[in-house]
Amino acid sequence: MVHKKIAMEGSLFEPTLYIVKGMCILDNDGNRILAKYYDPNTLTTAKEQKAFEKNLFNKTHRANAEIIMLDGFTCVYKNNVDLYFYVMGSSHENELILQSVLNALYESVSILLRRNVEKRIILDNLDAVMLAFDEICDGGVILDSDPTSIVSRTALRTEDVPLGEQTVAQVLINLMNNNY
Amino acid sequence: MSSFKRDKKEEEDTGGNPYQNLDKTIILQEARYFNETPVNPRKCSHILSKILYLLNQGEKLTTQEATDAFFATTKLFQSKDVMLRRMVYLCIKELSKLAQDVIIVTSSLTKDMTGKEDLYRAAAIRALCSITDSTMLQAIERYMKQAIVDKNPAVSSAALVSALHLSSTAPDLVKRWANEAQEGINSDNAMVSYHALGLVAATRRNDKLSTVKLVTRLAKSPIKSPYALCLLIRLAAQLVEEDDSDASQPYIEFIECCLRHKSEMVIYEAAHAIVNLRKCARDLAPAVSVLQLFCGSSKASLRLAGARTLARLTAKHPAAVAACAVDLENLISDPNRSVATLAVTTLLATGAESSIDRLMKQISSFVSEISDEFKIVVVKAIRRLCTKFPRKHQSLAAFLAGMLRDEGGLEYKAAIADAIIALVEENPDAKETGLAHLCEFIEDCEHTTLAVRILHLLGREGPKSRQPSRYIRFIYNRVILESGPVRAAAVSAVAQFGAQRPELLPNIKVLLSRCELDDEDEVRDRAILYNAILETGDPQLINDYIINIQKPNPVLLERALRDHNEAQPEARFDIMAIPTEEEKQAKEDIVEVEVRKPVQASIEEIYSEQLAKIPGIEKLGPLFKTVPHIDLTEPETEYRVRLLKHIYARHLVLQFECINTLNDQILEQVHVRLEPPQDFEIRTIVPCQKLVYDKPDSVFIVLEYPSAYYDSLGTFGATLEFVVHDCDPNTGVPDSGEGYADSYPLEEFEMGCADQLRAKAGLDDWEQAWDRAERAPEATDTFVLPQNDINEAAKAVCEHLGLPKAAISGDAVKEIRGGGIFRGGAPVLVRARIASSSAGVTMKLAARSPREDLAQLLLAAVG
Repeated sequence: MVHKKIAMEGSLFEPTLYIVKGMCILDNDGNRILAKYYDPNTLTTAKEQKAFEKNLFNKTHRANAEIIMLDGFTCVYKNNVDLYFYVMGSSHENELILQSVLNALYESVSILLRRNVEKRIILDNLDAVMLAFDEICDGGVILDSDPTSIVSRTALRTEDVPLGEQTVAQVLINLMNNNY
Repeated sequence: MSSFKRDKKEEEDTGGNPYQNLDKTIILQEARYFNETPVNPRKCSHILSKILYLLNQGEKLTTQEATDAFFATTKLFQSKDVMLRRMVYLCIKELSKLAQDVIIVTSSLTKDMTGKEDLYRAAAIRALCSITDSTMLQAIERYMKQAIVDKNPAVSSAALVSALHLSSTAPDLVKRWANEAQEGINSDNAMVSYHALGLVAATRRNDKLSTVKLVTRLAKSPIKSPYALCLLIRLAAQLVEEDDSDASQPYIEFIECCLRHKSEMVIYEAAHAIVNLRKCARDLAPAVSVLQLFCGSSKASLRLAGARTLARLTAKHPAAVAACAVDLENLISDPNRSVATLAVTTLLATGAESSIDRLMKQISSFVSEISDEFKIVVVKAIRRLCTKFPRKHQSLAAFLAGMLRDEGGLEYKAAIADAIIALVEENPDAKETGLAHLCEFIEDCEHTTLAVRILHLLGREGPKSRQPSRYIRFIYNRVILESGPVRAAAVSAVAQFGAQRPELLPNIKVLLSRCELDDEDEVRDRAILYNAILETGDPQLINDYIINIQKPNPVLLERALRDHNEAQPEARFDIMAIPTEEEKQAKEDIVEVEVRKPVQASIEEIYSEQLAKIPGIEKLGPLFKTVPHIDLTEPETEYRVRLLKHIYARHLVLQFECINTLNDQILEQVHVRLEPPQDFEIRTIVPCQKLVYDKPDSVFIVLEYPSAYYDSLGTFGATLEFVVHDCDPNTGVPDSGEGYADSYPLEEFEMGCADQLRAKAGLDDWEQAWDRAERAPEATDTFVLPQNDINEAAKAVCEHLGLPKAAISGDAVKEIRGGGIFRGGAPVLVRARIASSSAGVTMKLAARSPREDLAQLLLAAVG
């Protein structure tokens, strides 16, 4: 419609909750382990997504530079042993918010895997990691960014976690469950 | 030994991954296990994650398969295992997009959502909202309201975020939850407060007044959540941007206050907002010093954020950025190449001429490592430098040529070519070297579009150079070696040389006649055409068909051709009736690091869609011109009406764009009663049947112009007439009962000469054109103008005639030279001389046109 203001969003950030365009975990060959894309307008087909991931991996797996601008996205990333974690936002987005989401993703996966962030272990616990994805971001909206609360919400089989890694809340839930 | 090693490796590769080589059909078989009782939660969870993994890898399920899997999954509601239940929700969300009858789980989910187990509730809400459509939403509304104000932050957040997703499909319903959401903003939990603010802001997106209230209130309250603060800063910045008055001052203060927040995220958000506000903040220094600090951070994303925002600031406040030179210098060798590139380009933009060579050397050391996107940033920075320091063109052009030789995609190459083309156009000294670089480039260029552009440029600039013959060799090489489109472009370029350099004409004719034997039709056609035109030796013909060709606007041309074929395929099509391509006025802004620009459509293109709705519009012929809108009402009234005038050869279409700003009224049968000047005849009126709140719609009136041009000026009176129905402001459902008729007076408007003329300023060849038109009828007159200042007088005359300001020249005596095409296609030339004398400002105006009445009309328009 002609009445719409076009000029407005020139360079300010847009006031929206839809900040995350995608999150993914790749292995050290650039293959997808888990990936979610939230923007209904970009990267909608699996083919496009995989092509993007390939490109992203090629640009990032050698240089450990934390952040890259690619194909109109700002991508923050982090790697450990044989895993690469990525969070994508619009090229016009507060990088530090994206960084905080990446931290939440990495830290919560790290707690879930008991600090053994490796491909083999992540595949053994894929269900928990899927739940963590779901708890961090819902349709592009950041749902939570605190790793401990994310982990507690992913309903990890708490008996598996050593006591030192559990939050007080989890210990309490455990105790109560045992008492029943 | 070696085979043992290989085995081990293979085992590592495949044995460790339970998800490798999953087969869709086998897993869907496995899902049948869900029907057993009791189930083993671990086993089920594993099967579910396999299904999810498959979907995530891009495997496609048919609707039947998805539905089967979905129904199998629903069986698992019998298990009490928390983790399994959560996986079930996840599966429901994923499968609901593919399967049928997903609403069957509504009751199970509603039960979980209102149950006791907190870990279920949050996730159940999100799953439920993802499968609910707007009709089912009514049923769960009560639960949603409760969930929003729930004590448990996870439940509250889940409800708020789900409500936000729903607001795109059922905005009115979600609006009713605003009170609950408002409460959430003050929550102690950071995420709840963030989500609540997001939801409230989204429901008020179109309501500026209440957004103002919201931001004003919250700016004073202590919000703890950094995310919520970031969002609030964005909202405040948007308000500042929309409001030019001083009323926005408190928001700026609020944003400045946020610079002292303890979270880096908030500090950056505030600094970014301040730097990017169109209206300059009083003091940039605090924001810049924050960004400066970021540049020295150990985290790459902070450094990038700092460098990127500073780079953006260079356009507006180079001095402020120059102060950060030391910090940026440190970033030149940054391991993150994006940061390094930004630092170098920013330094280039702000630095002195002396530092350029050093910085260029620095870039060339890593230019091959950075991504194409950033290479383009570098190219644009160099392009700016070319404009800023023309003396440096030698080294800059050499650098660009070097980049041109490297590997790179089309976009990157195009950016370099653009830069060189700009250099050639702006700097006469650099022309020869720049063209030489481009010639060298097309010798080995794989991109057809780029080669065609460069050939076009060579055709334009080459003939004006000192040694035109050397370019002909390069161009003719293309004719021998390249594909069809490039050959055709080369032929056109060669023809340009023949047209502009008579001494080369014999040689060019030989070349063109060789091209007449080409395999490609287009190449042959062009060669024959150009050869024939050059053969005539008629300067007028050569000018119009080779040197200065009028290019019609492609979009309108396409539409006009289609209309023509439908309406009167036998008649001749007049290409001159199509509006020509407009010269781009504004220089492309090359400062932006990344460009997010909407495609600029011309006003004719925008409205041609809407005009297509008028019955019989195609009979009026092609659209000649659309006059930008004028307001017929005061800005803040109940009904707003804007007028657009669409001019056709013999007809005029008035488009009244109406907006109803009252949300408790619906207007029906909206039409405009028009009082046109004498001799205008109303042909058709297309009323607007229904005008609802805030949805613009249009009334169209088609009029026929008087047959004499001279009568086509005049004043129109207009009144808006309609039937009012009251309605419910929330739902928009009209109240029962009859509406009542009402009317609303609109301001008068004029039909002027400028509206009917597609004017342009006099070009270099204006004088010749004027002389050529000597035999055409001329009308002259002398006027005394009311203005005292000749500058103002000249501007006023330009406005009356619809000429751009560029048409004015001269100092003591202002001369306006221009011309144009009148609707119907008759050309007209106009010259005005304005001088100030003791009696005031006087003007002698002369107009020449093949149609004498047209020349008269121009004089009448000013008089």
